[in-house]
Amino acid sequence: MAVTKANLAEYLFEGLGLNKRDAKEIVEQFFEEIKNSLEEGKQVKLSGFGNFDLRNKNQRPGRNPKTGEEIPIKARRVVTFKPGQKLKIKVEHHAATKS
Amino acid sequence: MTRSELIELLAKRNSHLAYRDIEMAVKYMIEHMSEALATGDRIEVRGFGSFSLHYRPPRVGRNPKTGDSVNLVSKFVPHFKPGKELRDRVNNAVDKRSANSTYSGEHSN
Repeated sequence: MAVTKANLAEYLFEGLGLNKRDAKEIVEQFFEEIKNSLEEGKQVKLSGFGNFDLRNKNQRPGRNPKTGEEIPIKARRVVTFKPGQKLKIKVEHHAATKS
Repeated sequence: MTRSELIELLAKRNSHLAYRDIEMAVKYMIEHMSEALATGDRIEVRGFGSFSLHYRPPRVGRNPKTGDSVNLVSKFVPHFKPGKELRDRVNNAVDKRSANSTYSGEHSN
């Protein structure tokens, strides 16, 4: 089953003994602070997990796939995630146990 | 922002909690997310994004030093897809900043 915010809060409640309201708030704030930092143009480095980096993309020609009309794709900034070594190894191993 | 800076921010916002609890909470969240991915589960956080695994087929790689070919087995790598809110917030911040610079996106056809 997929991990969600509710699921993470439940985990903090059970594992740490935080009350449900605090657990829910902390999960909410955890993601909110990461978004804030990225919005301010600052990379986020979570050791043990990975880095959220920002990349500036130049404008490039695009096309409406339905009409074939040419529309430029504006310059924009995007978030990329670069998994850390620890996470990569953990996940890679999943493949080994599966195949 | 680093992990410890994030813990600082959360501690400031939750002064009624022990610093140690915030530290542990961040540790637990990161561990729980890593474990989920390790067992092949997805992570879905509305407004933030989702994490899943992408398959990489086996391939023949090369040792960059010796040039010898090496057989590399298939593997899974973590993948993050930013959610709409995160995409928009990151991009709008840029749009606002460059609002003054002239932009000609007109096509003559």
